[in-house]
Amino acid sequence: MTDAAGTIEAEQNRNIRKRWLLSLPALLIILVAATGPLLIVLLYSFLAPGPYGDVQWLPSFDGWVGVFMEKDIFDGTFSLASAHVSIFMRSVMLSLVTTILTLLVGFPTAYFIATRPEKTRELWLFMITIPFWTNLLIRTFAILEVIRNEGLINGLLLKSGLIAKPIQMLFTDGAILTGMVYVYLPLMVLPLYASMEKLDFRLVEAGYDLYATPFRVLRKIIIPLVKPGIIAGSILVFIPALGAYVTPSILGGGKNMMLGNLIELQFGQGRNWPLGSALSITLMLIVMVALLVYVRNAGSQGSRHG
Amino acid sequence: MARAFSIRRQRGFTAIAITCFFALYLPIAVLVFYSFNAGESLASFDGISLRWFTKAFQNQQVIDASIRSLQIASVAAVVATIAATMAALATTRTEPYRGLTLKYAFINQPLMIPEIVTAVALLIFFARIKIWTGYSGLGYLIAAHTAFCIPFAYLPIRARLENMDLTLEKAAADLYATPWNAFRYVTLPLLWPGILAGFMLAFVISLDDVVITEFVKSAGQDTLPTYMLGQIRRSITPEMNAISTLFLLLSICVVTVFFIVNRKRV
Repeated sequence: MTDAAGTIEAEQNRNIRKRWLLSLPALLIILVAATGPLLIVLLYSFLAPGPYGDVQWLPSFDGWVGVFMEKDIFDGTFSLASAHVSIFMRSVMLSLVTTILTLLVGFPTAYFIATRPEKTRELWLFMITIPFWTNLLIRTFAILEVIRNEGLINGLLLKSGLIAKPIQMLFTDGAILTGMVYVYLPLMVLPLYASMEKLDFRLVEAGYDLYATPFRVLRKIIIPLVKPGIIAGSILVFIPALGAYVTPSILGGGKNMMLGNLIELQFGQGRNWPLGSALSITLMLIVMVALLVYVRNAGSQGSRHG
Repeated sequence: MARAFSIRRQRGFTAIAITCFFALYLPIAVLVFYSFNAGESLASFDGISLRWFTKAFQNQQVIDASIRSLQIASVAAVVATIAATMAALATTRTEPYRGLTLKYAFINQPLMIPEIVTAVALLIFFARIKIWTGYSGLGYLIAAHTAFCIPFAYLPIRARLENMDLTLEKAAADLYATPWNAFRYVTLPLLWPGILAGFMLAFVISLDDVVITEFVKSAGQDTLPTYMLGQIRRSITPEMNAISTLFLLLSICVVTVFFIVNRKRV
């Protein structure tokens, strides 16, 4: 190796070392106050519950068994924990339906914004951005105000004499669904818009020149081209919906729990930290599977275009 | 005049979009409208009054929670923005080097994990530390907020940096500027809009957080969102609407500034 090459290499190494030093504070903060503690959750899921919450330092699989099974108090046999299974099913179903509904409403909305003239487009985009950055709690509260028994809809219906007593809309799965679609809609619209903005309308024109119907153009040209946006938006909605805590706890009440509320229960009244930890890890695993699907799809998308 | 055929038109899309915007703003409008209600209930509007705003301003719990929220958000956003700026400088405008992908993954990690899982993890971790050290101040909340604010601050800063090439810094170096001076007088002024946008995002994200705060806070450490969550679960008076309206106003201000700062670069 010549001297010059050696100096360049030394220079590069110094540069890389400097870059590591620069990123150190951010990495450390995230390690200590976000990523690192996840390992403790994993550890806790294999310990025995303490009598007043917390854990005892005894290895135990009870937490993991408890995710889907329950032990009969009398004869000690195991059976499927139907309550947990139904909460899992409800969470996955509600999140999937939320994703589909936000996509059905978000797609035309994003398309509408992307096809506005340059001048007004900014304004429409701004109108989506405001709810995006508005406190989720406040937006959930706004839905609560509309649908609760003393709320807007029931108030109007009662006054008009159409109904004699309020319709129970709050504390139902429908209420959770309404709330989640409302709250997560901007998360769907923004990535969809980002990919529609780049849409080349000459391709659409070519489609029409070849006598395609508008619906066929949508299905064969527009949707395939904005697929990355569709996938990104779906992931951005599905992940927080699956782990939703605030929306189901306000609109679903104590009976219509989702996974987030079940986890919280174990750390609160349930006093079963190992079970809560095991449930948390399970939730994370489901999310990781969803992310893997995303990465694989996004990856194949990238290779096809470049 | 007959509507010209437009290749951009899709049947029904405009109607859905307009309905969507309407549906997005209607509940918020209702919420704001009823914060001015003179009466107690949503069922009837008994005239305009500011009594619920007055009540909110006289509620010591609301004042304490607001101050706490602002304290946490300010410290967390400042620290997160500094750390994110340094990280962005370290991860952009370079040949790929070993560990770079890992760094990206690590910095964006808080975005990938469901908030409830992070909240539970921090609850467990900080409970241990509280026992070991005996400290139970706001430090835990600030640390947690800083961590999840970093990816939000990082995104606009990195985006801005990727649009800047190294020529100006190289020119400065050629003119014998020290690395610090080159950063101070060349990089920093160019990067400033990105940093400002990152800071504002971090600030809003911290201000809005419910879940992690709810799990990490000790007794008597309610922030405004966790205080509101507790109230909404118990009983709802238009006082909540008044607080929400003020909160909303603050968010809209920050978003507007963010939007203007972010748009100007184009």
